[in-house]
Amino acid sequence: MTGTIRMDSIFTSVLLHLPAPTAPVVAAVDWHSVLFLLFAGLACGFAIAVVAAENVVRMALYLVFSLAATAGLFFLAGADFLGAMQLMIYVGGTLVLLVFGVMLTAQAPLVSIKPSASDRALAGIAGAALLAVLLAAAVSVDAWRKPGVGEIPSPTATPLGMALVGVRVDDPPAGAPLTGRSGYMLPFEIVSVHLLVVLVGAAYLARAKRRKTPRAIDVLASSDPPSQGAVLAAAVPAVRTTSGAGGKSALLGGGH
Amino acid sequence: MAEFLIGFGLPGWLAWTVAALVAAVLLLNVIAGGALVFIWAERKIAARIQDRLGPTRTGGRFGWLQSLADGIKLLAKEDLMPEDADGLLFRMAPYVSFCASFCAFIALPFAFDVVGQRLNVGVFFVVAVLGLEVFGVILAGYASASKWSLFGAMREAAQVVSYEVPLGMCVVLPVMLAGTMDLVTIGEKQSGWFINWYLFHDPFTFVVFWVYVTCAVASVNRAPFDLAEAESELVAGFHTEYSGLRWSFFFMAEYGSMFLVSALAAVLFLGGWNGPIPVAQLLGLSDGTGDSAAYAVRLLGLANLLGKATLGVLLMMWIRWTLPRLRIDQVMTTCLKYCTPIAAVMFAGAMLWQLLLPGGLLPGFSRPAGEIREGWLEGPGGRPAGSAAGGQERVKEPLRGSQAQSAAEAGAGVDSGLATRSPR
Repeated sequence: MTGTIRMDSIFTSVLLHLPAPTAPVVAAVDWHSVLFLLFAGLACGFAIAVVAAENVVRMALYLVFSLAATAGLFFLAGADFLGAMQLMIYVGGTLVLLVFGVMLTAQAPLVSIKPSASDRALAGIAGAALLAVLLAAAVSVDAWRKPGVGEIPSPTATPLGMALVGVRVDDPPAGAPLTGRSGYMLPFEIVSVHLLVVLVGAAYLARAKRRKTPRAIDVLASSDPPSQGAVLAAAVPAVRTTSGAGGKSALLGGGH
Repeated sequence: MAEFLIGFGLPGWLAWTVAALVAAVLLLNVIAGGALVFIWAERKIAARIQDRLGPTRTGGRFGWLQSLADGIKLLAKEDLMPEDADGLLFRMAPYVSFCASFCAFIALPFAFDVVGQRLNVGVFFVVAVLGLEVFGVILAGYASASKWSLFGAMREAAQVVSYEVPLGMCVVLPVMLAGTMDLVTIGEKQSGWFINWYLFHDPFTFVVFWVYVTCAVASVNRAPFDLAEAESELVAGFHTEYSGLRWSFFFMAEYGSMFLVSALAAVLFLGGWNGPIPVAQLLGLSDGTGDSAAYAVRLLGLANLLGKATLGVLLMMWIRWTLPRLRIDQVMTTCLKYCTPIAAVMFAGAMLWQLLLPGGLLPGFSRPAGEIREGWLEGPGGRPAGSAAGGQERVKEPLRGSQAQSAAEAGAGVDSGLATRSPR
């Protein structure tokens, strides 16, 4: 739990401070507020549209718009890196969702999804409860009620990168020892190794299917049990018809 | 510019609005005007490569008004929509494509400090937004309710998602050399003679540039990677059902993206707005100051960058009319078996080169040793050339100092921690 808060603190510290160029000090129209309301409205509106839509592809598209509007909010807050990440990971990742939606609904049956009234009620209650909890939590933080003022941590990418390789660039908690272990290197490494494992697993699952060559021993088991020499003779054509790893396994199978 | 308008007595909010609108309209004109010129160029180049003349009559000589005539024709065309189409998505798709292409231009610098919005993560932003263009294509393919469109869209999705990987790896190399993702700083670090361009930085960047070219052509869906609109197989692919102005939006997006990846290549590898010969520097002029000479230098830089980007687009056209289209398995093989491993190896190689030969092969030729890294690694003294000249870097000097100090302390902390631990 403390870990999450620490991870967030660098983002929120960035988010709460507004940079000079995007927040001009103006009298008549406060563009910053206008744009904030615009993006926030877009994000919320499209989020509702995701739920209300009945077509999977449209849902995915509305989700894209909602996430893109959130990226706009991040840019507005001066968190360039976070905004670009939002575009790259969330909006770009929804692309795959969209593709799946298209593949699922290119045929007729799934084109329209209409949940029943009880489903809607249940989802509404769950959503409202979560919203209430989040609202209460957000309002309870004193620092978030005041307008953000203060020093601008302008280049957001460099401190984030430094933090990920183990250097704390934000204010460390009082009394924390200034060691190299105070950064976010461990979570970063764990996540990267995790992603590597996922990548290897995906490559394994998606690899080209080898042609199923019956192992010599299976072939022999189905017929009369011959001598050892016949086993090797049966293994030879199997090796010839396959190549690479397939041939090797056939050979090993024959050798048993 | 907003400050300039405020100086004329405009209220602040209006000045900012006007400044933003001017920037937006200028960028829009880069795409629209560029498409106008490039479509004509494409016709002429295609014709020459196929031993024809191409347009010769429209607008007098060379058929230079052909694109305008095309535009008028497209305006006058009937706007068709298939009966089974998903109307909302069908209408929305061209704009999604075009908006993605347009948004990426916001962070692209055209000369020193001539940039819509200077972003600290410029490279990343451009690559991220460029990847969103495919949304329009997929939506068009789905909403058209035509199997040809759907095939084209699915191919495009597979291709773009795959090619983002090697493209990202190629882009990382100049970022690593410059030590920043800010496109303005990356361009400024390659100032001086052409030998300072990252293309000639080391053999690895030279190789990776060509990988970038391959991936860029693939990611903007140009021949020989134009499987999404393979005419001989899919009628016209994802835009089979489109006509008139909607169709032209797809084409504007395509030409805009072509120009964008070319300009990005120019900034990342080919010195950006710095010409091969630093004419302005030899004359003793700088683009960092605020006087009129600086604006002239920036104008020269603008011409440089536009010229390089145009060369890139012409190269893409040359490739298109020379090479035959690849099959989908060949496209995937090129990406996964060639581009990605080559880019990865080149990345490791460039890293080693940077460690072993930080000054390059010709030490002291014209690359100042102190400017290779961003300031926070050098301590308070060193600043990148761009920020020193333009004063645009918003980093505060004490912050850099304290960061370097805390980094040093952290390093010392590790050492002492190890020292206290070892007796146990």
